Amino acid sequence: MIKKRIDRRRFMIRAAQAAGFLLLAGCDKLSQSEWFPRLLGSAEGLTRGVQRIVTPRKAMAREYDEADRSAVFPTNGNIDPKNPDYQVLAKNNFTGWKLTISGLVERPAEFSLSELRLLPSRTQITRHDCVEGWSAIAKWKGVPLSEILNRVRPLPAARYVVFHCADPDEIGRNYYESIDFDDANHPQTILAYEINDQVLPIAHGAPIRLRLERQLGYKMAKYVMRIELVDSIDSIAGGNGGYWEDQGYEWYAGI
Amino acid sequence: MSDSIDPGGEPVEDLKPEDMAPPAVSADRPVMESPPPAEPQAPTIRWVYRHALPVRLAHWINVLCLPILIMSGLQIFNAHPALYLGERSDRDRPILSLDTAFTDSGGIRGITTVFGHSFDTTGWLGASSDSDGRIHRRGFPAWATLPSHQWLAMGRRWHFFFAWLFVINGLLFGLYSFLSRHFDRDLVPFPKDLRGIGRAVRDHLLFRHPKGDEAARYNVLQKIAYTGVVFVLGPLIILTGMTMSPRMDAAFPWLLDLFGGRQSARTIHFIVCFAFVGFIGVHLFMVAVSGLWNNFRSMVVGRYRIAEIGVARHDQETN
Repeated sequence: MIKKRIDRRRFMIRAAQAAGFLLLAGCDKLSQSEWFPRLLGSAEGLTRGVQRIVTPRKAMAREYDEADRSAVFPTNGNIDPKNPDYQVLAKNNFTGWKLTISGLVERPAEFSLSELRLLPSRTQITRHDCVEGWSAIAKWKGVPLSEILNRVRPLPAARYVVFHCADPDEIGRNYYESIDFDDANHPQTILAYEINDQVLPIAHGAPIRLRLERQLGYKMAKYVMRIELVDSIDSIAGGNGGYWEDQGYEWYAGI
Repeated sequence: MSDSIDPGGEPVEDLKPEDMAPPAVSADRPVMESPPPAEPQAPTIRWVYRHALPVRLAHWINVLCLPILIMSGLQIFNAHPALYLGERSDRDRPILSLDTAFTDSGGIRGITTVFGHSFDTTGWLGASSDSDGRIHRRGFPAWATLPSHQWLAMGRRWHFFFAWLFVINGLLFGLYSFLSRHFDRDLVPFPKDLRGIGRAVRDHLLFRHPKGDEAARYNVLQKIAYTGVVFVLGPLIILTGMTMSPRMDAAFPWLLDLFGGRQSARTIHFIVCFAFVGFIGVHLFMVAVSGLWNNFRSMVVGRYRIAEIGVARHDQETN
């Protein structure tokens, strides 16, 4: 009697294990399919829509005190672009560097680093949230993106601001990112040229990196070379609006 | 037959509904071996409608969502397998970390550190074997994560899709339970229930489960467990999840104050996740030992079988 029960228990455990493995394998198979990740990805639109509705228009990311800053702000992703043109610019302290703004604008323009530094600036101590899960706090100084957009005058057809970067990956794909105008015109969206009162070092994206305080770290492109205003992101690189987006990450990284 | 009060033994059998009648003679005397064969009394079988359709639907949607959320959550956790308190992740001060150490001989060890105390957890945490059989650096092992190998982007997709399903399901369940008075009639413990808590704990430990009419409704420990999940764990897991969203922190900065910072919220999210794991474990165990098929049937079609004898009811009431 007891023996029988133990056998049954063992059978049940085995059966549960087998079912578990089958389910896991099934889920892995679904993850590899074409249609299922797309279905799962539909949640992104819902998240974006709902977060937009519940967020007051100019809701600001929290700004912290000097004392709240991280002792070490981790560097992540590319920390020394393997790009000969970039390396020449870096060697000359980015004196020859110019930020180009083109695409769907009335007045395409170029800004040198010293010209950017002469524009109105914003300083903010904010928290950087990485998609991996960690957070770090630093003080950033830079020119609000809206200052630059006001100068180049976006055309009505422009829907996205695309950041083309200097850093290629191991197989030569360049980093890039894109945001919409809701975020582009947000007061905390800045092109930062200083971190913690120091000139932005190469590991953190010199000469400028984007700060987009209400989204995750991978949206905040480093080594920005060129800004392009477009009506669609479909034809840029993988067509998903960003380097990581082309590898399956969400375009909307508000969570 | 002394094993009839052995928790691991007889009661499992006793509590199959078919066997319910003889023990019902007295709930206070569980040693009920060999009921007098002379007693001809046949049990009265009664069916009660135990779970309304919306409750059953919500239950099974949760059954789908929770394992996926837990396992995809562990996948996301594995991208940075450490927990912190406060707003920041100070790498030198995690309260929990699942690290990987490489030995001089080229071996790989999993080291779990909790509040500064380190343990070798090779094979389980910090380093474990993948489907290829080789040991790799990873926080939680492949069998506990979704997808099984390291794939943060896909883990996030699973997590957020099923998080929405879980939240919408929870809201609909909450709305239904409020309007139908399921909450106050069935779920929230009455003061009377709470007074019986000591007896209920003792009965549970002795594997004596409610019978007759008592079995048709939730006992006090069930009520506490379910209200705890519905009103504490559920809201906590959702709110701490929202606090990890930089956009939600901009919209609702009080979230950061409520949980003491984003990294604290992440830590609480993790702890509540394991509270769900604990609840699921205990819940499945109790379902199994208090009449597996009767419980299962009632959660699938709603009907719950109650076996009772008129005399037994009378006995119970006069006890």
